[in-house]
Amino acid sequence: MVILLIPLLLPVLTAVAYLAAGWRRSTAWLGAGSAAVVLAAVVVLAVQVLAAGPRTAVGGLLRADALTAFMLVVVAAVALVACAATPAHLRGEIAAGHASARTATRHTVLVQLFLAAMTLAVLAADLGVLWVAVEATTIITAFLVGQRRTRAAVEAAWKYVVICSTGIALALLGTLLLNYASLHAGSGAGLDLAALADGAAGLDPGVTRIAVALLILGFGTKAGLAPLHAWLPDAHSQAPAPVSALMSGVLLSVAFYAILRVKVIADAALGVGFARTMLVVIALASLLVATTLLIAQRDYKRMLAYSSIEHMGLLALGAAAGGPLATAAVLLHMLGHGLAKSTLFVGAGHVLQATGSSRIADVRALASRSPVLAGCVAAGVLALVGFPPFSLFASEFALARAGFANGLGWATAAAFVLVLVIAAVLVGHTSRMLLGASTAAPGAAPAPLPLPIGAATTMVLALVGCAVIGVGAAPLAPLLARAADIVTGTP
Amino acid sequence: MSEALLTQLVGLGAGAVLLTAVLVLWLRELAVVIRVFAAQGVALAGLVAVLAVHEGSGELAVVAVGVLVLRAGLLPHLLRRALSAAEGERRVTRPLVNVAASLLAAAVLTLLALAVSQPLVALAPSPVTAAIPVGMAVVLIGFFVLVTRRRALSQLTGFLLMDNGITAVGFLTGAGVALIVELGVFLDVLLAVLVLGVLTGRMRDVFGRTDLDELRELHD
Repeated sequence: MVILLIPLLLPVLTAVAYLAAGWRRSTAWLGAGSAAVVLAAVVVLAVQVLAAGPRTAVGGLLRADALTAFMLVVVAAVALVACAATPAHLRGEIAAGHASARTATRHTVLVQLFLAAMTLAVLAADLGVLWVAVEATTIITAFLVGQRRTRAAVEAAWKYVVICSTGIALALLGTLLLNYASLHAGSGAGLDLAALADGAAGLDPGVTRIAVALLILGFGTKAGLAPLHAWLPDAHSQAPAPVSALMSGVLLSVAFYAILRVKVIADAALGVGFARTMLVVIALASLLVATTLLIAQRDYKRMLAYSSIEHMGLLALGAAAGGPLATAAVLLHMLGHGLAKSTLFVGAGHVLQATGSSRIADVRALASRSPVLAGCVAAGVLALVGFPPFSLFASEFALARAGFANGLGWATAAAFVLVLVIAAVLVGHTSRMLLGASTAAPGAAPAPLPLPIGAATTMVLALVGCAVIGVGAAPLAPLLARAADIVTGTP
Repeated sequence: MSEALLTQLVGLGAGAVLLTAVLVLWLRELAVVIRVFAAQGVALAGLVAVLAVHEGSGELAVVAVGVLVLRAGLLPHLLRRALSAAEGERRVTRPLVNVAASLLAAAVLTLLALAVSQPLVALAPSPVTAAIPVGMAVVLIGFFVLVTRRRALSQLTGFLLMDNGITAVGFLTGAGVALIVELGVFLDVLLAVLVLGVLTGRMRDVFGRTDLDELRELHD
């Protein structure tokens, strides 16, 4: 199936093109063009999967069912936002002397390979290939995180690689043990995700329990979930803006997708209780970490990073609740969060380029200095805290309803109290940045803040997209329903 | 290969892997630690070779050679290169926990591994799977080294120790993981070490040394 290979191979080809031609005026928009083609291809793929069932390619190594198709849409949509914001970001970095044309070339090559690795992760039919792809994202992004070569950037890159590689090593151990259980179940499923889910009842519960615990912990590390979340705020605040947008917007969700796939197998082999208990504990711990560290936060990029931990915690809560409604809400939340968070990171990147500081206290009166940027940041934060019409309102509402309906009343209540606190904190920090008294001398008009037209268009379109899904998710509904069926194990 | 000989050879290989892991905890000189790590690679490759002969599997024999080249040759070489670039820096580890306590912790971790691995051995009791707890113990000891060492290179050895343990478990569980996945795993470990090697170099450029105590820039 050619259509399956386009989202995988096109970024690789684009990377090769950037490697050959370098980053220059004529190639600046190549990445965005490639991302647009990929988005179109995955939409076609999603329609085909809905009409004719799962598609496979490369001798069954790649497989696209409804869940994969939806994840491909999430990856492609956020990739388009990040790639469209890249030219303006890199021009700004080069103008400020933070980057050279060579750094820019390396940035674009690595970003395209990063996209290919994430696509491979969601397309993989085999847990082993999925593991390899997720580990590959760590290796590829390591140098993107450390791109600026400052003390802070190198420190963030080191923590990122060590913690994520350790976490993912636990997932490897889990994968090997699951393979061991599968070997002795005698179904010949190996590590094939679909076959494992079908034959999960025959897996040895003792071994599967250890394997699932390691897999959830391991992929949870990569998804920024507690207790191994310490790398996330550092890496997301030090990476260049378009890379932060991708890491926060989709990489976390891709890792969470791996947890969803593991959960299907765990639920069938061990009953729903095991994975549910683990996920509830992880979800509440993540929300608690995010809340406590957000309250006194002084850095706006770290603020956005902790908000990502919050949203991953919500995804874990939804996955714990289980059932079709919660699962569809989890998936919709991934898309909405991806669009809103990538917009905010792109916006934060421009604020950083203009002010040279990522401290909240150093940014004041943004609304009068750049109304468009301030408007996008305000809308993005409102989307993030779950205001309608943005889709996060719909998904958080559904998550809360499903949580109460599926016997997680106390956990859901506690989680949403934390979510409300975080919402208040986020709005408070942001309004200080947008409104606040200008730091310029009294009487002097605050210096206007330049915002490239390309970046402005990207952010507005991403937010409009987030709102459109929130108002009318109807075209997505069949895909969401079918994907939720896969996660809940109803054929 | 007779059952008794197999039991002895697997026991020997697994014992050597565990012993080297404990030695890493005990030794302070980084150059020696790297040599011990290479010895562990040889023991691991030997273990895989025994399994290859036992099962008469050509593929496994090729993998054994791969393990030998990667874990006894390439990775120690990369570590040594990173170490020699650190000339002038004190070449001893500075663990947060002293040696006696570390060794005690290793004993506790080994017991823990033994307890946790019960279901793993029970699934398919055989001389080969009986050694699984050893692999798990090496994983836990590696994790312990990773969190209690402060020098970047020592953390790296902890990570690699963990990885050796995972590899051991992988082979002892008779995992016929597809060759493509195994290649991917090999490549990923190699690349992760290369990336970390480059980052240690950069850390030296910007911090002057690779002591993680210096990593104080980012916190909340």
